[in-house]
Amino acid sequence: MSPLYWRRRATNAVVMTLALGATALGLVWLVLVLWTLVANGVAAITPSLFVESTPPPGSSGGLANAIYGSIVMTAAATLIGAPVGILAGTYLAEYGAGSRIAPVIRFVNDILLSAPSIIIGLFVYEVMVLKMGHFSAWAGATALAIIVVPVVVRTTEDMLNLVPTALREAAAALGAPKWRVIVFIAYRAAMQGMLTGVMLAFARIAGETAPLLFTALNNQFFSTDMNAPMANLPVVIFQFAMSPYVDWQSLAWGGALLITVAILILNIAARLFAAWGSFGR
Amino acid sequence: MNDMPRTAVARQDAPLVEPRAAPDLVPKIEIRRLRFFYKKFEALKNIDLTLYDKRVTAFIGPSGCGKSTLLRVLNRIYDLYPGQRAEGEVLLDGRNILEPGLDLNLLRAKVGMVFQKPTPFPMSIFDNVAFGIRLYEKLPASELADRVEQALRRAALWDEVKDKLRQSGLSLSGGQQQRLCIARAIAVKPSVLLLDEPASALDPISTQRIEELIAELKADYCIVIVTHNMQQAARSSDFTAFMYLGELIEFSDTETLFTHPREKRTEDYITGRFG
Ligand SMILES: Nc1ncnc2c1ncn2[C@@H]1O[C@H](COP(=O)(O)OP(=O)(O)O)[C@@H](O)[C@H]1O
Ligand SMILES: [Mg+2]
Repeated sequence: MSPLYWRRRATNAVVMTLALGATALGLVWLVLVLWTLVANGVAAITPSLFVESTPPPGSSGGLANAIYGSIVMTAAATLIGAPVGILAGTYLAEYGAGSRIAPVIRFVNDILLSAPSIIIGLFVYEVMVLKMGHFSAWAGATALAIIVVPVVVRTTEDMLNLVPTALREAAAALGAPKWRVIVFIAYRAAMQGMLTGVMLAFARIAGETAPLLFTALNNQFFSTDMNAPMANLPVVIFQFAMSPYVDWQSLAWGGALLITVAILILNIAARLFAAWGSFGR
Repeated sequence: MNDMPRTAVARQDAPLVEPRAAPDLVPKIEIRRLRFFYKKFEALKNIDLTLYDKRVTAFIGPSGCGKSTLLRVLNRIYDLYPGQRAEGEVLLDGRNILEPGLDLNLLRAKVGMVFQKPTPFPMSIFDNVAFGIRLYEKLPASELADRVEQALRRAALWDEVKDKLRQSGLSLSGGQQQRLCIARAIAVKPSVLLLDEPASALDPISTQRIEELIAELKADYCIVIVTHNMQQAARSSDFTAFMYLGELIEFSDTETLFTHPREKRTEDYITGRFG
């Protein structure tokens, strides 16, 4: 064998080892985090966790109000944010070519995408909470919706850009007006990817804490009033974990485990859904 | 090669004299002083060309000479893109399709197009064909089914798909997908059919089926086919236009162009000396 061959083999072995090492290093922390969560949280997962509301210190209770609040605010935020994001993403992908405003929108969207969520919480605090005079679930949902929008704009645009131009031309060549080409051809072709984007956005906001601290705050009681403060898992975890009370801390671990498992399931579902779209049908 | 008899039949009714003199020739599309621009780049230079009804016209020429561009003017599909524009006149049944204010969607319903790569829509075989019909006609379900069946039969695909109309169009083979696209195009009852290298991505058997199909369809349509394949042009067309660097170099009936080309460049190209 030539020396060149051996040199390539050696380089390959070194790079391979480094890559494997880096992967292992990343995974170790993930496993440790998950392990800590399971070890501490599993004891708190009891039926009462799901049916009783957050207790005052020293008495027993659950997280029912926070679970409900998290689901409702996350769902409301997705329902508000996803349509806005899909329409904006559609504009960028389908109408933006050649326009001067599209690159500006794309740039601003990317900034919003990487904006720290605490800033979004503060913004909504300024424009909603202060104006209305109180914390509310609507304000929480709004803050979360603002996080959803840029994620969905980005995935929608990316997915629509993956739809071959030939497909759009073929539809237009049959005499289909542009809106029909978008709705019946482009959306249909990009559907799986776009829905995956929405699911990932949903998973992303399910664990957001900072924007809710300034907006929905917390509520010790079970409340369905969107105009009043509403409990939610991230803020309850934050508050209970920082407290000196052991039973609160235990509930925080339970909530953390719950939210992690839920987000994990959502992510896996989104990925399965995307894969099913590209291989099935 | 085994479709020689068909070609021979096609040859008989192709005029041996100067095309314009034959009595049964009806001009369908008249292209006058056409120039085409991609931004500043002039891709077509002063094209004059007549396309006849119920005839197949082939565009040949080396890559990049403007065959697809010319085809894309005829249904104004170029209009989807800013920066592309055409000058001159293209008369379809006597009406200039380049004039502003023309309803492009109606034009495209009249002038069907099939692309180089098959482009089945991500929907069922039935819905692929029904898509174009539904755009302009509100038909009861049974009539729609009839129209879809007719189009699929016409495209010689019916027997292969009649038991799986609900399956995705993407599940078909490449050759079947291309015939599905042809069925989809003729389902809206156009009068002109534009085919941009429809067989270049297909295997020889599928190619032959497409050529047979073209021979059958020309009874009802004005067909324009772009092809890289000289034999294919010779086999399946009545007229041939040779293009070079955005210019129309020579246009005549296929027989004449391939046996007695007037221009040196045409001869060089068809004998394979360049391109
Ligand atoms: N979208 C486009 N933008 C700019 N130039 C183009 C575009 N499409 C084609 N061209 C140019 O126009 C000329 C003709 O192209 P085309 O009609 O595709 O050639 P053909 O189909 O004969 O191979 C080529 O020089 C090509 O580079
Ligand atoms: Mg071409």
